[in-house]
Formats: sequence, structure tokens, C-alpha cells
Amino acid sequence: MSHTHRARRHLSAGMIHAILLSYTLLALWPIFLVIINSFKSRKAIFRDPLALPNETSFSLIGFEKVLINSDFLLYFSNSLIVTVTALIISILIGAMAAWALSEYDFKGNTLLGLYLAIGIMIPIRLGSVSILNLVVSLDLANTLTALILVYIAQALPLIIFILSEFMRQIPTDLKEAARCDGVSEYKIFFQIILPLSRPALGTVAVFSMVPIWNDLWFPLILAPGEETRTITLGVQQFIGQYVTDWNSVLASLTLAILPILLLYLIFSRQLIRGITAGAVK
Amino acid sequence: MTRNQSHIWIFLAPAVLIYSIFMIYPLLDSIRLSFYDQSETGDLSFAGLVNYVALFGDPNWSEPFWNALINNFKFFAMHMLVQNPIGLLLAAILSLPKLSGRGSYRTLIFMPTMLSVVIIGFIWQLILSPLWGVAEGLMWNVGLGDYYNAWLGEEGSALITLSLISVWQFVGIPMMLIYAALLNVPEDLTEAALIDGAGHWSIFWRIKFPLILPTIAMVSILTFVANFNAFDLIYAVKGTLAGPNFSTDIMGSFFYRTFFGFQLQLGSPTMGATVATMMFLVILIGVMGYLLLIQRRLTRYSL
Repeated sequence: MSHTHRARRHLSAGMIHAILLSYTLLALWPIFLVIINSFKSRKAIFRDPLALPNETSFSLIGFEKVLINSDFLLYFSNSLIVTVTALIISILIGAMAAWALSEYDFKGNTLLGLYLAIGIMIPIRLGSVSILNLVVSLDLANTLTALILVYIAQALPLIIFILSEFMRQIPTDLKEAARCDGVSEYKIFFQIILPLSRPALGTVAVFSMVPIWNDLWFPLILAPGEETRTITLGVQQFIGQYVTDWNSVLASLTLAILPILLLYLIFSRQLIRGITAGAVK
Repeated sequence: MTRNQSHIWIFLAPAVLIYSIFMIYPLLDSIRLSFYDQSETGDLSFAGLVNYVALFGDPNWSEPFWNALINNFKFFAMHMLVQNPIGLLLAAILSLPKLSGRGSYRTLIFMPTMLSVVIIGFIWQLILSPLWGVAEGLMWNVGLGDYYNAWLGEEGSALITLSLISVWQFVGIPMMLIYAALLNVPEDLTEAALIDGAGHWSIFWRIKFPLILPTIAMVSILTFVANFNAFDLIYAVKGTLAGPNFSTDIMGSFFYRTFFGFQLQLGSPTMGATVATMMFLVILIGVMGYLLLIQRRLTRYSL
């Protein structure tokens, strides 16, 4: 009896791994397929798409073409500037606001918290017509500044929500001791609270970074010019133009995928811990 | 608390200002613009409900509008019927006790979610392309070659195919959120049931599932908002025209076309604002419904 029971357990453990493995395969092979084919010659891409590149089929022609025919490095650095600047500013001012909401008793505190939470559910894209008018009237059309400002506004609601939940749990004795010593409220925030919030800051950084980096909508309507193109828009436009050149298409996709893949593998632990710690409820 | 309170406002001011100027003001101003008309010279004049009358009454507007709205509900239905059940299943499996390799599975299955929708759209376009023949070749290998079709190009299947591509990319989100909720189910509850001889299957449905209903409701509303705001995938794979014959047009792509124009039709900011306001209403109704009905009814189950 116990024998068959154990056998059944093993069987079901095997089944479980089979399900998980097949799903993992389903999730990864399309990405893998694009990456391996970007390192092959045109002939090999069509002759045997599923094969790994070997000595005869290996080719970097796609990458050469992408780097010659498009300003990939410029797109990449545009995306980097926009994402990093928007992240740093939104996290800093978001943390300040979260601290004010979670620490101080003032009139309208709850109301202001609700006001700032509207943006968690209502997508900023719905205001696009007026955002474009606003950006044009501020003379910011086709600038990275316009993207940065919009992305700060987009990221703030969730950052403030998560950080204020976190900051409410910081023990009071630390700040009360500092207050008794006459330390200013600014110093308490920047020298005690901010460093203590580092794990939560990491989580909100990853959450906010992904939608900014990947966005197509705002680069398309606010900054479509060649000089300000982000990587997502750049890839979209490049592929639209070179759609029949398979080497170029595959290489440009690979160039867009690899940095994210690398970053993800480095930060995945932090990201997943952030989600599973119940940071988003 | 009688001390000078200026620091509170200094902490709050930058965030409140940027958020109000670039998020709240544009949302309200868009609603305002939907009641205006713009002449060819760009002058705005108050027009009352004229734009809405056109959107619902003029077949040139109302047909594409209803088409996009219905397509968007189909897009959402595919996510609810496929993405969230698969996410739930994966989360349930991942939260089984004594599972080895849990972390690696989680990390790898979540990976496509991190990539840009544009990239995912192009990847699947290549794979499904009859020119490259990868999907077709794989189907022949398993004996299903006769069933292959250029799904993305057919009016009857393009929208479903795009929905499934989106499902494939985002299944990691419900998986993670539900998994996190399952981790919070107290172990003594499930252990007591195990000792009483219950299997994992019945423990999941009888004990864990009712406890994570609030999370499933939250996943549903997040899916709803994201789906009714989607645009990038349609634009990347199908362009502004959301072809074939507008069969993949959803609210986001309809909004874009209305705002910026296409082919012979000029773009109209005020009609664009009208479409955006309708999207706002749809999303608002969904969110309100969630907050009022589901949340209230479900809280008594939550821990």
C-alpha cells in the first residue's frame, strides 16, 4: 500500500515538473529562436530556422547593417537618459511625498493620498490630447524632457502608494530620538528614513522602470523625431522600414532584447521578492 | 505639532505639482476638449454634445467605435479565459510544498513580461509568418500541418491570435500575484487538512482558492484596465489601420487614428478627446464596479 502511494507521489512530482518545464519552454523558445537566428546568414535562417549557428551559417551581417543603417546607439542612450532621469526624480520626490503622507498629521492628508492614488488605476494615456498641447505650448515637443516629465507623473502614484505603506512600518523610536536631539525634519528624512527604505526603493525602481523603457505610445506622439527616438520606437520604425531584410530585423530585435535580458537576470531576485513580499496588494 | 509645518509642504510640493500638471490636468482638460469643436484654423469653440452625437449617431464614427469597443471586449475576454486561468494554474503548482527549482521556473516564465510589447509582437509575427514557416514546420512535425494558417492575416482569426500573443507575454503577472497570495495562506490551515487526509487538489479548491479570491478580483481589474488601454501590440503588428479590415481595432488604436488621422481622414484633437473620454468612462465603470461590488463582498473572506 505504502509502495503504490510513494510511486504515485513520484509520478505526480514528475508530472508537475513536466508541466512546468513545458511551460517554461513555451515562454522562452520564441525569444531564443530570434536570438540564435540573428547570428546566422540569410540562407541559414530560412533553410533551418531551428538550428544553432555553426561555422558555415554564422554571420554578423544583420548587426553590421543595423549599426550602419540606423542610429541604434543613439536610441539606446536616449532610452537610458529618459529612464534613469525619470526614475531618479520620481523616486526621490515620490519618497518625499510618501514620507509626508505617512508621517505627518495635517488637514486633508487622507484626501491627498486618494488624489495621488487616482493615477494607479486611471492610465495617463487617456490625457494624451492635452499632454501633447501642453508639451507643444511649453516648447518641449521632440525633447527628452517632455518624455521625462510625463514618465515622472506616470510613475509617481504607485511609488507614493508603495513607499508610504512601507514607511508607516518604520519604528517610531528612531525618529523620535532624533527629534529629541533637535535634528531637523529634512535631516531625519534624508539621513534616517531614506537609507532605511532602500529595499522598498529597489522594488519601486524595478516596477517603474519596465513600463518606461518599453513604452511606445509617448515616444510616438511626443518625441518621434530622429534625434529623440527611444529604443522601442527606434526598433519599431527600423523594422517597418527594413521589413524584408530578415538579417536586419532579427539583429535589431536581438539588440533590443539582450540588455533587458541581462538586467532581468541580475535583478530578477529583487523584483520577485518585491512582488511576493506583498508590496503590491 | 504646533511647530512650523512648512517642511510638510516642501516634501509634498514637487510630486503634487508634477502629478497635477502632467496627469490630472490633462485628464480633466481632455474631458473638457471633448465638448469643443476645432475649426480648420485651430480655433476652439464650445460645441456641447456635438462630438458625442457624431460618435454615436454618425455611422462613419459609430461603426468603427462599436467595432473597436466590441473587439476590445473580445480581447479582454481572451485574457480572462486564457491568461488568468493559466496564471492561476502555474501559481498553484509553484506553491506546492517541496517543489525543487521553484525559483528558476518563476524567473524564466516571467521573462517575456519584461520585454517591450513591440518586440514581442514582431517576434510572433516572424514565427507565424508563412514566409519563414517556423510555426508551419513545427506543426507538420507533430502532424498538425494541415491546420496551419496565416492566422495574423485572416480577418476571422487575427484578433484572437493577437490576444493570445498578449496572453503569452503577460501570463507572468497573474502567476506572480496569485503565487504571492498563496504564500500568505497560513500553513496550519492546510496542514490540518492534510492530516485529515485531504489531497492537494481539494486543499487548493476548498481552502486556498476562497482565501485568494480578493487577489483574483484584483488581477481581473488590472487586466481590464491594461486591456482597455492597450495599443502598442496592435500598432506594432498591424499598424494604424488595425487590419485586416479593422478586425483588430481596439479602443487604443481607434483613439490614435482619430487623434492623428489616417489616409484621407484628417486627425481631430477634439474627436480624439471624445474617444479618450469614452475610454475613461469604460475604465471608470470597471474600477468603480470593482471597488464597490467585488471588494466589499470579498473582504469578509480576506485574512
